[in-house]
Parts: sequence; structure tokens; C-alpha cells
Amino acid sequence: MADTLFHKVWNAHVVRTLPSGQTQLFVGLHLIHEVTTPQAFDMLRQHGWRVAFPERTFATLDHIVPTTRQMRPFLDVMAEEMTVSLERNCRDAGIPLWMLDADNQGIVHVIGPELGLTQPGMTIACGDSHTSTHGALGAIAFGIGTSQVRDVLASQCLALDPLKVRRIDVNGRLNAGVYAKDVILTIIRRLGVQGGVGYAYEYGGTTLDTMTIDERLTVCNMSIEGGARVGYVNPDDTTFAYLRGRPFAPAGEAFDRAVAWWRQVASDRNARYDDRVTFDAASIEPTVTWGINPGQSVGVSEPIAGDPSDEAFAFMGFTPGRRVTGTKIDVAFIGSCTNGRLSDLEEAARLVRGHRVARHVTALVVPGSQAISRAAEARGLDQVFRQAGFEWRGAGCSMCLGMNPDRLEGRQVCASSSNRNFKGRQGSPTGRTLLMSPAMVAAAAIAGEVVDVRTVLEAVPA
Amino acid sequence: MNSSQGSSLKSQTILSVSGRGLPLRGNDIDTDRIMPARFLVSVSFEGLERHLFEDDRAADSTHPFNDPRYAGASILIVNANFGCGSSREHAPQGIARAGIRAIVGESFSEIFQGNAAVIGLPCFAASHSAVEQLQTLVERNPDMSITADVQSGTITAGSLRIEAAVPKALRDAFISGQWNPTAMLLDRFEEVKAVAGRLPYIQGF
Repeated sequence: MADTLFHKVWNAHVVRTLPSGQTQLFVGLHLIHEVTTPQAFDMLRQHGWRVAFPERTFATLDHIVPTTRQMRPFLDVMAEEMTVSLERNCRDAGIPLWMLDADNQGIVHVIGPELGLTQPGMTIACGDSHTSTHGALGAIAFGIGTSQVRDVLASQCLALDPLKVRRIDVNGRLNAGVYAKDVILTIIRRLGVQGGVGYAYEYGGTTLDTMTIDERLTVCNMSIEGGARVGYVNPDDTTFAYLRGRPFAPAGEAFDRAVAWWRQVASDRNARYDDRVTFDAASIEPTVTWGINPGQSVGVSEPIAGDPSDEAFAFMGFTPGRRVTGTKIDVAFIGSCTNGRLSDLEEAARLVRGHRVARHVTALVVPGSQAISRAAEARGLDQVFRQAGFEWRGAGCSMCLGMNPDRLEGRQVCASSSNRNFKGRQGSPTGRTLLMSPAMVAAAAIAGEVVDVRTVLEAVPA
Repeated sequence: MNSSQGSSLKSQTILSVSGRGLPLRGNDIDTDRIMPARFLVSVSFEGLERHLFEDDRAADSTHPFNDPRYAGASILIVNANFGCGSSREHAPQGIARAGIRAIVGESFSEIFQGNAAVIGLPCFAASHSAVEQLQTLVERNPDMSITADVQSGTITAGSLRIEAAVPKALRDAFISGQWNPTAMLLDRFEEVKAVAGRLPYIQGF
């Protein structure tokens, strides 16, 4: 019977129906980090439970990482305590952990795909809502809380209810200056920040078909901002080519057998969906958030619309009818699990080469992983950014959220390639975030204000 | 993989919650607002109640969590898409540690609702108009006693009676005392190993 990837993968991982009526679902890959696990390991110890599948669990340090001074002990004693806790818990349980001195360290949602840990047909869980990212490779990936991290550590299972599946088709070619970030911001804008509650989002259509894995990762990453806990793209030749040769991907003949299985888990052509929505790629333009949730966005050529009494207007200092272009910025941030990958840095570097960051702007580039950092440096991108006046930092979550030293101050306005513009998200209770593509951030850093990247690209060599 | 584990979780049924209400108006209240990220830099959930809505409360002296009329409330009354954003369990932990034992709202983020359930905090979903009625009623009568009944899916406050359901599987879990699922998940570990044994990627293809 024709079915969706979501149902095929779900069914392959069902252990049983629990007495409560929920499904006991096996988790194929558990990724952990320092923020949402210390209490989970404590609960395990209280009950005398061991980690059931340490070989299916991998750990890294990302949220609290200082991106400048990285010597231990960290200056923030609480951050140091969390780090020590993660080290001890992983050592005791036999879980591989990539710390700052390890080549593989980086943001958990960046290193999973990069190392080939993330594979089609898997169920994946991580104590972080952006776990939806991993769906870009055809996995079903759930963001979970700390008590559920405890459950996965103890049993390698979750108690869950199945989701409905909404097929989102994006068809056609994206115009120059329009990126995967603009696609997902547009999807969230139209379907709403709550529109995906109860759904897994299956992204497809010719636009997604021709996207690179980096681009698909950006789209799936922000599924949760549209309320969808899970987002995915069916695995295809692009997926298989991406995985071939990665450290944790199957090798040799096993890779060929894996591809055969991965093809089978993709949604069937005539699969039935609970809902379908279609977008026209050509109608999407560079998109920027003006408000305090990721659905409050606008195309750069449009005026901002909305109810003037919405608290977002007063908080952000915008008024309906205005455009986002021309908004002066104080900080430019390129990084995060949404847009901190090599292709993001390459595109941003293409725009800043030979230019200078505006005098009043603090600009930083934070690679999503140490591997990306090394690859960028090998291409000389760090020099391009430094010469333009950007700071080149160590890998981590950085200014996406206020859990490390990289934070906004006061009412600063930040052009950010990250995923959330919530009040206080970037570390200052009154700080203001404008979400946009990394290319748009680069252009804003140079101009000192939000500009339409398409006007800048015209003068840039391809 | 480790073999079978003993379990010792006590179950406790949650049939209904009674107490005073705390109306908190606004849609899309995200978990960064409920518990700002800087308070996640800790290895424990202890004391999180002190930082609940800390930035919103500092910015607005009339914030309901600053209002002494609502001190000691047990039932939080919110609007749509409450708890969206980050999966941080620190948000429902802070709410529960502040004495809230049930939340009534128009709708909730899935991750938030799941995180709340596993710590024994039921989230009831009601219509927009029913929630507004309840919020207005409590704003006028902060001392009014409210009862949120899990089994029947009703909220009663004086003469007001509204329908407000907990999703079926979670409702059954609260009624049977199995809202903390770890023990159930460990119950038949052989079946877990059997599923792992059937998955090609676990077996190295």
C-alpha cells in the first residue's frame, strides 16, 4: 500500500502500544549535549538505571561554548559545571563525546549530518527543538525535553502519539538572492507559527528536489518554528551522494545495501497525505522577520502589515506600512544550526569580499562545527571575513541564544542568520532580532542597515 | 546494549486539579519568555520558579505573575500556542515549581505539552471564547475556586462550566497514573531489543 516516509519509518520503529494508548517508539540515534542532559542522568542514577544503548548515543558541547576564550576551566563557573557533568556522564556510560579539543565538535544538528550519523529511515531524538533539522536526510527526528532524554537513555524509546503528515510542495526556480532560509520563512509566514502542530511536514517539489543537503537542512531546521515537531525531505540521489564516505555512514557493499533500503523508505508516489500545500518558488523574495516570532516576516519589497496594537510593533520599533529595508543594525551574526554551514559561509564571503563592515556594526561569523571551520579556513574564507572586519569565532551555538558570552546588549538590533526572534532570545531582554538569510546578513553588515541583497548581488562576481 | 533494568517508579493518578486561577493573556508565548535561556546554565531544575517569566515581569509590573491577587494560584489560564519554541523542560519545570498544577489554554506546542505531561502537569485545551470567559471571570474574582477535571474534560468555576480536553492518550495516562512512562518503556525490554534487531541500520546493513 502506498504510504509516506513518516508512516513507514514510524511503523518500523514501533515496539508496542503502551497501556496508556501511546506508542512506544524505538529511537535509532540519540544525540545529547550539555544543556538538557545533566538532570536526565541524575534521574537515571536515582533509579539505578543504566544507559540502555550507549552505542546509539553521541554527545557534543555546543550551547554554552565561549567562541573566543576557550581554555578550561570556562570563566562561567556554571558553564564549567555543566561541561564537567557532561564529561563525567559520558565517561561513566561509555558515550562518545566530542569536546572543544576534538575535531568533530560542533552544533549537534550540524555534526550529526556531517559525520554521517544522521541517515535516512532512522528515528532520531535530541533534547533540542531543532532536532527537526535531521529530517533533511530522510530521518524522523524529534525534539524532546529532559525527562524524555531520561526515557531514551534508559530504554532507547519514547512514548509518543503519531503525527499527521502535511505535504508541502515548493515548485520552480528560486531567483538570485533568494535562499532556503527565505523558503522556510515564507512557509512559516503563510502557514503560521502554530500551523504545524500535530503534523510532520514533508517538503518536496522541484525546488526541494534541486536543493543541496545544506539547503534542505536549513528548511527542515525551522519546521518547529512553524509548529511542526518533525520535518523531512525524502531521500534521493543527492542524499546518497552526500552520505557516501562520511565517517559513520556505511561503507563498501554495505553502502549499496543501505541505498536500496533508503530508497524503500521514501514516500510512495501516490501516498496519501492529511493535507497538501503548494508554494511557487519564483514568487518568494528575500524575507526578513520584523516581529517577535518567526511567522512575523515580510518580503523586502513589501510594507510590513499587521495589527498596530500587536506588542511586536512596540517591542521592535516598527509601524505598519514601513519597510524593513533601511533598518539600522548594530550587530550582524552569521552562524547557528540553521545557517552556519560551509555553503552559508561561502555565499556570505562572496558578498563581503573587498568590502568593509559598517563602522557602527559588530559582525561575527561562527562556523557550525570545527570541520566547517577547518574547511572554510582551507578556502581562505576566514581571511575574507577578517579583512572585511568580521570576527572569526570558534564553533558553537553562539549568539543564537543567550547561554554563552555572545549576547546582544540593551536594545541592539541584530541581523541574524539564526532561527528565533523571540523577545530576549539573543541574551538581552530588550534586544531585537531580524532573521534573514546569511547573504542578507552579510549585505546588512556592510551597509549598516537592512538592504535587499539582490541589489548588492548585481555587482558581485559569481 | 545493556540488558533488563529494574524499575521503581511510583505511579500517582491525576484525576482533577482544584485551586485558584492565574490568567495570562497572549498568543504564542514561547519558552524563551517563560524561562530565559541564561537560567538554563545549570545542572539542576531547582529554584527555576524564581526565574519564571523573569524578563517579562521586569518589563511589566502588572504582569500576572507579579500580581499579589494571584499568589498561590494552581491553574494557569493561557491563550493559543502556549510554550512554542525551544524544547526546554525548564519551562514547565519552572511553572510546576511555582505551584501551578494544571494549565488551561486554547492550544499548546506539542513539545511543551509532552514535557508538561511527563512531570504530571496536565494541559487542557478549550475554545477561544471559553478561555476568554474563564480569564475574564478570574480577573474579576481572583479568589474563585476552579476545578479542572481530567476524566470528564471540564473546567468549572462557580456557575461557569467549560469543555476543556486533555488529549486522549495523555488523559488515560493521568487517570491510570502512568504519565511518567519510563517504567512502562522498560517493562518489556526484550521487545525493544527485537525491534533493534530488525532494523538494518542497527545491524550494519
